[in-house]
Amino acid sequence: MAENVIGTDISPPDLRAKITGRARYAEDFRAEGMVFAKLLLSPMPHARVRSVDTSAAEAMEGVLGILRADELPVQSEGLREGALTDEPKYEGEPVLAVAAVDETTAAAAVEAIRVDFEQLPFVLDPLESLREGGPDAHVGGNISAGRGEFGSLKWPASVFEEAGADKLPMGEAAAEWTIGDIETGFDEADVVVEETIVHQSVTHHPMEPRSCMAYWQNGKLFLHGSTQSTERTRGGVAGLAGVEPEDVVFIGEYCGGGFGSKISGSPIMAVPAVLSRKIGRPVMLRITRYEENYIGRARAGFQGWAKMGFRADGRMTALDLYLVQDSGPFGASDLFTAGTVATASYQPENMRFRGAAILTNTPPRSAQRAPGGAQIVAMLEPLVDKAARELDVDRLEIRKINAPGHDGWLGARQTPFTSAYVREALDLGGELFNWEEKKQLSGQRNGTKVTGVGMGLSPFTAGSAGRDGLLVIRPDGKLYVHQGIGNLGTHSIADTARPAADVLDLSWDQVVIVWGDTSKHLPFSTVQAGSQTTHAHTRANHAAGTAMLGLLQELAARELGGSPTDYRVADGRVFRAGNRAAGMNFAEAARRAIATGGKFSGGVVPEDLNDATKAAVAGLAGEGLIAAARDNYSRGGSVYTWVATFAQIELDVETGEVEIIDLASTTDCGTVMHPRSLAAQTNGGVFQGIGMAKGQRWVFDPKWGIPFTKRFYTARPPGILDVPLSPRFAAVDEPDPRTPVGAKGIGEPPVGAGEAAYVCAVADAMGGLCLCRTPLTADMILAELEGRPRPYGLLETHV
Amino acid sequence: MAVMRDMIPPFELYQPTEVDDAVRLMRQHGDKGWVLAGGLDTFDWFKDRIKRPEAVIDLVGVEELRGISDGADGGLDIGAMTSLTDVAENADVMNRYPLLAEAAGLVATPQIRNQGTLGGNIVQDTRCWYYRSGWPCYRAGGNVCYAATSQSMNREHCIMGASRCVAVSPSDTAPALVALDAEMVVASTSGERTWAAADFFIGPDIDIERMTVLKPGDLLARIVLPAPWEGARWYFEKVRDRKAWDFSLVSVASSLRVEAGMIQDARIVVNSVAPYPVRLRAVESAIRGRAPSEETGQMAGEIAVEGARTLRHNDYKVALMRNLVKRSIRDAA
Repeated sequence: MAENVIGTDISPPDLRAKITGRARYAEDFRAEGMVFAKLLLSPMPHARVRSVDTSAAEAMEGVLGILRADELPVQSEGLREGALTDEPKYEGEPVLAVAAVDETTAAAAVEAIRVDFEQLPFVLDPLESLREGGPDAHVGGNISAGRGEFGSLKWPASVFEEAGADKLPMGEAAAEWTIGDIETGFDEADVVVEETIVHQSVTHHPMEPRSCMAYWQNGKLFLHGSTQSTERTRGGVAGLAGVEPEDVVFIGEYCGGGFGSKISGSPIMAVPAVLSRKIGRPVMLRITRYEENYIGRARAGFQGWAKMGFRADGRMTALDLYLVQDSGPFGASDLFTAGTVATASYQPENMRFRGAAILTNTPPRSAQRAPGGAQIVAMLEPLVDKAARELDVDRLEIRKINAPGHDGWLGARQTPFTSAYVREALDLGGELFNWEEKKQLSGQRNGTKVTGVGMGLSPFTAGSAGRDGLLVIRPDGKLYVHQGIGNLGTHSIADTARPAADVLDLSWDQVVIVWGDTSKHLPFSTVQAGSQTTHAHTRANHAAGTAMLGLLQELAARELGGSPTDYRVADGRVFRAGNRAAGMNFAEAARRAIATGGKFSGGVVPEDLNDATKAAVAGLAGEGLIAAARDNYSRGGSVYTWVATFAQIELDVETGEVEIIDLASTTDCGTVMHPRSLAAQTNGGVFQGIGMAKGQRWVFDPKWGIPFTKRFYTARPPGILDVPLSPRFAAVDEPDPRTPVGAKGIGEPPVGAGEAAYVCAVADAMGGLCLCRTPLTADMILAELEGRPRPYGLLETHV
Repeated sequence: MAVMRDMIPPFELYQPTEVDDAVRLMRQHGDKGWVLAGGLDTFDWFKDRIKRPEAVIDLVGVEELRGISDGADGGLDIGAMTSLTDVAENADVMNRYPLLAEAAGLVATPQIRNQGTLGGNIVQDTRCWYYRSGWPCYRAGGNVCYAATSQSMNREHCIMGASRCVAVSPSDTAPALVALDAEMVVASTSGERTWAAADFFIGPDIDIERMTVLKPGDLLARIVLPAPWEGARWYFEKVRDRKAWDFSLVSVASSLRVEAGMIQDARIVVNSVAPYPVRLRAVESAIRGRAPSEETGQMAGEIAVEGARTLRHNDYKVALMRNLVKRSIRDAA
């Protein structure tokens, strides 16, 4: 019997290439006759191009062509973002592109172009846009009214006057939902806490910028890019280039980080694709760090207010939330997720969610690892601590009291969870961190340093269903797992293949993963976002593995006699139960499948497969024993993962600096697929959250609307020295009963847990005082400790 | 003309192997030339195409600018091209001038310290993000300071020493060298000239476009450390937003001569509060004859921040400077 590979540590197939530098990323590729493109970026946060004079650039030797916005199949219009635009809506938005024989020439040509811009009013702070007469990010308005249309949301001056400087103004909301009755909830509360809270927007900063290279051969577009997904990127690229998906070959075997910013391609991919077609040469567009900071997407920030009511026993009776979202120029959906995620933490008996998503002239937003979730967790967890202190209920206990159990529910529609071992995760975390002892250290002073301990509980969506799996046993006897998912650096291309190996009782060294190139016949997949992949594709590959098992049994019965149920599969053979000699190995099975044809080698496929999978099977037909299956397993609820992080910090009261002394995280993410990778994913997410809490910045000059945090050293994502060397980790490891393998996703929930644990620990060191904003930089902490004026207004954003 | 960033424009590269050749090349190219040491400051400017010299004189091949050797009168000579790692890890520096070893070891990251040089760290330009973004400010030859308006983002900027420009000196080693009373040896085609470290750094009131006395054609050749005080106590601290690859919000360097429990002599220097490292002479006189205690430190801190003038977002620097000066006396060891 082959050893079950689920739950063991493996070396993913891409690891060696990454470590030795042999892995080729988008900008490492070259094509015959390839030339380079450079972008001209808008120097203003909102403007209209009156005229462009490219004559000097075109006269330069080596310049091959210029691409303007109106030549693109997808044009910038309303809330739709084009790769180039004649009405830039943030400083740094690409206006045009120049192709030349080399980058030096292309850069010089861009500098030689004269653009006459008409300046338009701009806005960075959503609250400014909400004022009557305040500027709008678009000529058409400041909110999305759906279907790409604009609307206008303005609040009367009285709303701002009433709020004063220290409270979020709360006028008419653009979105609202309730559970129960909020007033009843507060009536039943023994303790009510309330705060105005600001969470910054942050750029993604993947190590690999979104460089891309494109060329055309016989009417087909070949595009090398950096994305989180593969099969689902093809359609996006096709749209950007104005061709059919079957005329696109997308190649992206490695992705140097996406975090939600590269889910299924990037608008900028249109530039090399269309420019290459225009000039008849392969075009490489290397995106620089500077450009990546503009076009590389960002997390949406919130200016918020929350009020919570608790009974004396610690149960949350009411949660009232108001969030104003900084949506950037094209919108963001964090706002809508945030309220839902809050229900998965606290199960409030009564809740009201109100919000307004306001467009601004700042770089575009997209999902960033737990979009909406990380922000709301970091914003609300300190309030829970505040209430716990007032109620004299232990901070771990109050979270257990309010956490969902298996009968828990999610969001306004109160849908059930597939599983929720949240209290188990909290208990495990309490033990791992030694909460009972550590909490005694709270407020202890050693010289100038004060200890704080805190924790954060962070839920996030972690699965989806209904994708396809595709397996081939080739005449070499190996199992080829075709993965339409991308290799975004999480090992999921390997880990989600494991169920297929386990169903077939096959040792892992007999499994080959096929990925990263849509010409390799890849099945319909999830987009790699929303932490869906582990859940969705363990299911899809389990389904395909089960289909393969059936085909092997059927083929054996057909070839060797008896009935399919007489046959077993193990160690790369299909054989009669009780007689391993009476059978054939996988290589033989593949040969016989090819000879037999029909459903055994892709000639006939299940009807319920997605068209993309059918096309992939058709491409592989006759190459081996082929099994493709749709994930038809029932799901029965919302798939959620929870992470609890505990932090011990020391705050230096003379400098405002914070050092993390100890960090421990636990999770309920169902069955553990890959222990080492799971710990890495969790700790990485926790660190990312701590980075937002501690110092990651997005600073704009308010007068000119221009950002300064365009480099790593000014934006300050965290470094390895900012976190303890040995963060601890453990998983509950209880299978989700609603999915065959029991595994749920882990990508996103750690971010909010790390961020909240840090924020709560800092508040704890300050005697429970919540500064109610991120990032919590030393200047803000010190100003508070010293009783000096706050460096920024309570609602000031982009600082 | 459109703006292009992150793309180094072409230039002529010169790689002399002798100081004499280097200074001749520098003189020949004048303000169209650029001296390249480790490149950590240089390449940011070049990539942004804001500084566009015609000729780059790369000092990497000039061996005599590199290395640490015994100097006259029990001191130490450090070539300007000596890497920050070599400074931080040199046994003589660590034993006799731990203040400098500590400061050099806190610069940026290990990779940057391997590539970056002591000379480069001393003469690097300010990191004011308005100036570094190519805005036409006073320091860039214009006639406005964008960082000092009522709306400016100036958390990192000056609380003292400003004169039209409010940018700060970003160097970690500069305050340490002033506190050690180092001398800067400057070479040019007319020979060598020596400057006291405290005089080497200049404010915008003297020349708004330069951070040091160096003019085109001047080359910082070596740093001369005098013999340290017998039994000196010292202190260095750099407060920053993150623990690697970050400039100081405020830093402090102190060197104290303590006998019989009383401060006999002191040099205390604070950086990133002004366009140059600020030597606190009033503090130094006030603490002479006192014990290096919490009380003395407290008093010193209060004196240190007298006259501080804050901008919109940097009031915290007053408290931070006051506290760091206190620590530099109380916690010196």
